[in-house]
Amino acid sequence: MTLTRRSALASVAAAATLPLVRPARAQKPIIKIGVLNDQSGPYTNTGGITSVICAKQALADFGVAAKGLDVEVISADHQNKPDLAVSIARQWFDRDGVDMLLDVPTSSVALALQSVVREKNKVYLNVGAASSALTGSQCSPNFIHWVYDTYMLSKSTGGAMVKAGGDSWYFLTADYAFGKQLQSDTTKLVKAAGGKVLGSAPYPFPGTTDFSSFLVQAQASGAKVLGLCNAGGDTVNSIKQAHEFGLNSTMKIAALLMFITDVHALGLDTAGGLVLTESFYWDMNDHTRAFTRRVLPKTPNNYPNMIHAGCYSATLHYLKTVAAMGAAEAKKDGVATINHMKAMPVEDDCFGKTRIREDGCHMVPAYLFEVKTPQESKGPWDYYKLKVTTPPDEAWPPMAEEHCSFIKT
Amino acid sequence: MFMIFGIPGPLLFGQLLLGLINGAFYAMLSLGLAIIFGMLNIINFAHGALFMMGAFVSWMLLNYLGIGYFPALILAPLIVGVFGIVLEKTIISRLYKLDHLYGLLLTFGMALVIEGLFRNAYGSSGMPYQIPPVLQGATNLGFMYMPNYRGWVVLAALVVCLSTWAIIEKTSLGATLRAATENAPMVQAFGVDVPRLITLTYAGGVALAAFAGVLAAPIYSVNPNMGSNFINTVFAVVVIGGMGSIMGSIITGFGLGVIEGLTKVFYPQASATVVFVVMVIVLLVRPRGLFGRTA
Amino acid sequence: MAASSRSPLVFGFSRAQLIAFAVMLALIVASPFVLYPVFLMQVLCAALFACAFNLMIGYVGLLSFGHAAFFGMGSYIAAWTMKFWHVDASIAIILGGLTGAALGLVMGYLAIRRSGIYFAMITLALAQMVYFFCLEAPFTGGEDGIQQVPRGHLFGFIDLSNDMTMYWVVAAVFIGGFLLIHRIIHSPFGQVLKGIRENEPRATSLGYRTDDYKLIAFVLSCAISGVAGGTKALVFGIATLTDVHYSTSGEVVLTTLLGGLGTVFGPAMGAVVVTSMENYLAQFGAWVTVTQGAIFMICVLAFRRGIIGELAAKLKLAL
Repeated sequence: MTLTRRSALASVAAAATLPLVRPARAQKPIIKIGVLNDQSGPYTNTGGITSVICAKQALADFGVAAKGLDVEVISADHQNKPDLAVSIARQWFDRDGVDMLLDVPTSSVALALQSVVREKNKVYLNVGAASSALTGSQCSPNFIHWVYDTYMLSKSTGGAMVKAGGDSWYFLTADYAFGKQLQSDTTKLVKAAGGKVLGSAPYPFPGTTDFSSFLVQAQASGAKVLGLCNAGGDTVNSIKQAHEFGLNSTMKIAALLMFITDVHALGLDTAGGLVLTESFYWDMNDHTRAFTRRVLPKTPNNYPNMIHAGCYSATLHYLKTVAAMGAAEAKKDGVATINHMKAMPVEDDCFGKTRIREDGCHMVPAYLFEVKTPQESKGPWDYYKLKVTTPPDEAWPPMAEEHCSFIKT
Repeated sequence: MFMIFGIPGPLLFGQLLLGLINGAFYAMLSLGLAIIFGMLNIINFAHGALFMMGAFVSWMLLNYLGIGYFPALILAPLIVGVFGIVLEKTIISRLYKLDHLYGLLLTFGMALVIEGLFRNAYGSSGMPYQIPPVLQGATNLGFMYMPNYRGWVVLAALVVCLSTWAIIEKTSLGATLRAATENAPMVQAFGVDVPRLITLTYAGGVALAAFAGVLAAPIYSVNPNMGSNFINTVFAVVVIGGMGSIMGSIITGFGLGVIEGLTKVFYPQASATVVFVVMVIVLLVRPRGLFGRTA
Repeated sequence: MAASSRSPLVFGFSRAQLIAFAVMLALIVASPFVLYPVFLMQVLCAALFACAFNLMIGYVGLLSFGHAAFFGMGSYIAAWTMKFWHVDASIAIILGGLTGAALGLVMGYLAIRRSGIYFAMITLALAQMVYFFCLEAPFTGGEDGIQQVPRGHLFGFIDLSNDMTMYWVVAAVFIGGFLLIHRIIHSPFGQVLKGIRENEPRATSLGYRTDDYKLIAFVLSCAISGVAGGTKALVFGIATLTDVHYSTSGEVVLTTLLGGLGTVFGPAMGAVVVTSMENYLAQFGAWVTVTQGAIFMICVLAFRRGIIGELAAKLKLAL
């Protein structure tokens, strides 16, 4: 906590020096990275300040100074409001000279920024938002989706559930862009596998804390699987309450989007045995452990999840591209930078060797994990067992050429 | 399985029962608000934040001092009550001569500050608080699985609400309180220390909120937003019940919980709004609320 | 309006107010050359909204906790007509205002007979219903809002995509709204409103149908709020649920209170402070709410008259 507070203070000091007026042109181009995410709401722990820390870690690991680059990371809280996010982003692009927009969870916000970034021709590396529309019907040549999307979640977690015999579903859905998209992606998958959806309970988002009524309805539906199309605090609450009402003995719970930070909030007593999908786990191999060891001192209470790792990986690859292109070139043209990033192979400690597809999907595999029981867990945050790996070509949606004219060119 | 209005009977009963449980929280919170409003003429917007503090204090007691649920049920309201006394003495007492509006704005600001501070310190993804072992498990009622803990919440809420009502309506302390609500200078003239009475009333209302917070901690995870999620509905309850009416807020609290539960069966998206529909209708038909005194 | 008896009025302004107005105009003209225009447009929209709100609280004495409904619906309608009907920017803004007025007429008709806290509560409840409508109605895009709204053209030939051009339009809308409100207050109609605020039974016994007067004032306030919302939607190219959420209603209360309830220039001042605070605190997470809350408390405890109100009291002027 003291560390977050200290960094908050540091940013206060930094902001105080931020001039109100338009800054004078510097001789050497400064590359600015803007981390825009939820720092006070339900998605604070899944992204938040730890995302900023991971982006800064990439700066340190890349050694920007030694490479002759001038890079700065700034951040803001969008409070999950699309309008606030748009106004911050505009200000960053117009006034502060931000070149790259990073993280941006909450699908409604992420979608709203798509047009702003395109209009200003900047770079948009999205890690935190889930909607598959970002590389589908709303795709953009300025955009890369870094670690996961709703298609991947439904394919990996949903697919595993269906394979295990879960052929009838009831959805508990956060009633906004992300929840709806996740439900529709999962519904397609369940139906394609010959299963059926018996009903769904869309609930008001944000602001719902009591899910008991919806859970009782789910139970009455007779479905075998309870599909949770929600995230963060909502997921934690709904799983807890499902246990209270004994749903875990009559139904299988499919938490379609769950992070290690949510598992931590739930505790292994409740979370043990759940399956979930992430494309990163800190204890996966020597590289991921090395990365975790480096960032952990700066964020001791929040181990990195796939979003945090993604922020690191995306920043690192962006810096490599900038170094290759030259800072001035990279600042000038967002599309060119993105194209350069797509052309270069990606490699880092978190995701190993990967590539970026033309439509902006960073082709990482999806890992299906089972959460360990308290008996199996041997140490702090020792939470996951790897069950299934979905290769990238299956984990990401097929390319949506019909929407994205830039793919052909 | 028999059907009522095309809804399976068990489902309907299940929802009604759940509505009652939510209603228990509405009742406890709106009761505290009603008492404070009656005595202090302050619309305590900070009530939700103090409810949240109750949950947090019980979490802190457990995690820092190892004090469990049942002692917390007494200790947390006491601690938050003392905090309430400090607030009343230092800040709120400056507003008694002013319009309602200012009290509302002040306590609104207070709520923002308290919640913001907790959010800064603990994040907002929520901390788990286990149900005490005695109350774990569930009972099969035939039409649904009833978690024992939720049954306990309804019971505890009913006992607390009714004893509060009894204290106010049936004891001499309550009589003094009611008299001071009606005519403070007169009561003061009889030698009653009215300012202290006011302070204690505020502390009492706040303690009720904190008690509800402890009850809520195992159900919802302990998080800084838990109060603001409730507060709008609870305000509606107070207004519908009739501001300052004790029994009104208890009955309306449970009643609206049930109505909300029913809405969740028929049209779940509207569950957050149905309370306001009821409120508009009630205010149009009976401007002083269902149980309010006519001015 | 103590000053009005001492000095002659020009367009309803006292001399001090004229000077203040000139200063405000000068600031509006000069600031886009120094400050970031999009930020300034945000301030102006917030200021117009607060001025409209002030018409109710300051001159009718009714606290509406549901003004976000008018602001938000105005913004939705303007955004929707811009995006799908490709209307002229002026038409979109006017439609936003009309939407606010129509909604205000309905809500006002239901609420206007109540006063004090009951008026606040009933407007809050009705606004919550509007919020729910916006959440569920397909045309608003739910949680996503109406995104990628083009700024289009004004009167068919002025291209608004340039920030500076847009700024002058927003400035003109603000000044127009500001003067309109001022004109309303100083009209015979406004005098009756003041009479009602001071002593409603007396106004009734003088033969005024006070509810009608209050309703008209309410509808006017709603219409201007709708204009402010519509303009904001054009500036940012987005209309979202935030605009109809009750926190927006709370914010306009904060803005007006901070600037000075019932003062002419207070709401605009409040908008400057609140909007800049939000902009510069956005990077500090939850400290935004802590600061906002603290300001609320300080305002209520220490200077209830607001910035402009206190200043006016110091200078013994009406501002």
